[in-house]
Amino acid sequence: MNWIAENIGLIGSLSLEHLRQSLIAILVGFLLSIPLGWVAWRYRLVRGPVVTLTGLLYTIPSLALLMILPVLTGMSAISEANLIVALTLYAVAIMVRGVVDGLDSVDPAARSAATALGYGSARRFFAVDLPLAGPVILAGLRVTAVSSISLATVGILVGVTNLGYLFTNGLQRRIIEEVFAGILAVALIALAVDLLLILIGRWLMPWTRDPKKSQQAVKHATRQQVS
Amino acid sequence: MIEFENVSKHYVDGTMAVENFSLTIPARKTTVFVGSSGCGKTTLLRMINRMVDPSSGSIRIDEQEISTKPAVALRRSIGYVMQNSGLLPHFTVAENIATVPRLEGQSRKSSRVRALELMETVGLPASMADRYPHQLSGGQQQRVGVARGLASDPNILLMDEPFGAVDPIVRAELQQELIRLQQELDKTIVFVTHDIDEAFLLGDQVVILAAGAQKLQVGSPSEIIEDPANDFVASFIGTDRGARALSVKHTPHGRVLVDSQGRTQGRLIEDGSSS
Repeated sequence: MNWIAENIGLIGSLSLEHLRQSLIAILVGFLLSIPLGWVAWRYRLVRGPVVTLTGLLYTIPSLALLMILPVLTGMSAISEANLIVALTLYAVAIMVRGVVDGLDSVDPAARSAATALGYGSARRFFAVDLPLAGPVILAGLRVTAVSSISLATVGILVGVTNLGYLFTNGLQRRIIEEVFAGILAVALIALAVDLLLILIGRWLMPWTRDPKKSQQAVKHATRQQVS
Repeated sequence: MIEFENVSKHYVDGTMAVENFSLTIPARKTTVFVGSSGCGKTTLLRMINRMVDPSSGSIRIDEQEISTKPAVALRRSIGYVMQNSGLLPHFTVAENIATVPRLEGQSRKSSRVRALELMETVGLPASMADRYPHQLSGGQQQRVGVARGLASDPNILLMDEPFGAVDPIVRAELQQELIRLQQELDKTIVFVTHDIDEAFLLGDQVVILAAGAQKLQVGSPSEIIEDPANDFVASFIGTDRGARALSVKHTPHGRVLVDSQGRTQGRLIEDGSSS
């Protein structure tokens, strides 16, 4: 525990770096996945290819991707951008599927009701389809977030500094506490981000809150004599 | 007034949903399309707000061809109440009712006032305004659906089996409410059902349909019961059996009417009350 106490400043600053790198990737990956997922959901012909190809991205070993990307994009291999682009690709790989599944989960009756009320198609997507797909999309986003945060540590192997540093440095110097500190910090960040996503979900999707309470409300409503 | 003229709808796979259908739906009356499932009655209804476009023929509302109007604007101008309420699960009761006013650009505040007003009209307590649809009973959801259909004060209200999914007691209540509402509001209502009793109860004009939206008979409930167009109609409306096949029975206290099960349904009051 001594090592942790003595290096708490280092752990803190590495954590912030780590969080920043992964949050950018999670956010950009999420934003890219919405239109991609929509296209795959909307056009049956491209659905198979889009879902399969984005899914296959995930099978590329991370170290290899970090080596290949600079060749393809001209970025420096040791730049933070290289790591963030790689993490974004992995995020897209998971999220596109989630968006497609989310849009699939929307009750067609709700969609058709919205059209009958006079929603134009773009407005309907943002006001009805996307929010109703929300719970499934959020589930995908949570997996993406945790996975990106843990995957980001690989960056240290190409020279991008983040919590991964505690692993390589700890292994080289045989400081097992340092490695554990890294694992703990990654886990804590992942948990914190996951919790934050749950809270944001509750805030944005109030109709999904507390199913127990709404069950009681149903009972209460039926007890009142208004049919 | 809504006019169908030689309207047909066929799908790519060759099925004819509607074949050469013509009908005039009078303004400020309730017209009921009744027929068994798959007869095309819902397709006819959905043609009125362009949820389905006909393959041929023309549909006019107040002499105006609807295919020339933008579909989205047309839909906002027509109230639509659907089976299983069709409420948006992520909107509260008030938000659901206020959907069309909000789409039309009214402020959050004024459309909420309108929503609360409509909740009273359809008999829902204001305390339910901020609940979500899944927190309501089926009957309450249907009331919200009706309130939503009325929100923009449309001239036309389309109702697609709106009471099909609620239990018989609640259904009877909602039917009476609709009759009361219609007396107050005087809308042109087009109502789809497969329940002939509901059709006769609510309809000023009843249209009995067979497959391909073929009209078997059009008329007021009385006209149809008194003079069914053919045996199929007679059997569909049940004048040959059950509660509508009444016969006279003499009793010491005058004549009564009994149904085909032998149950007495009511007393026969002769014209001029001489007996």
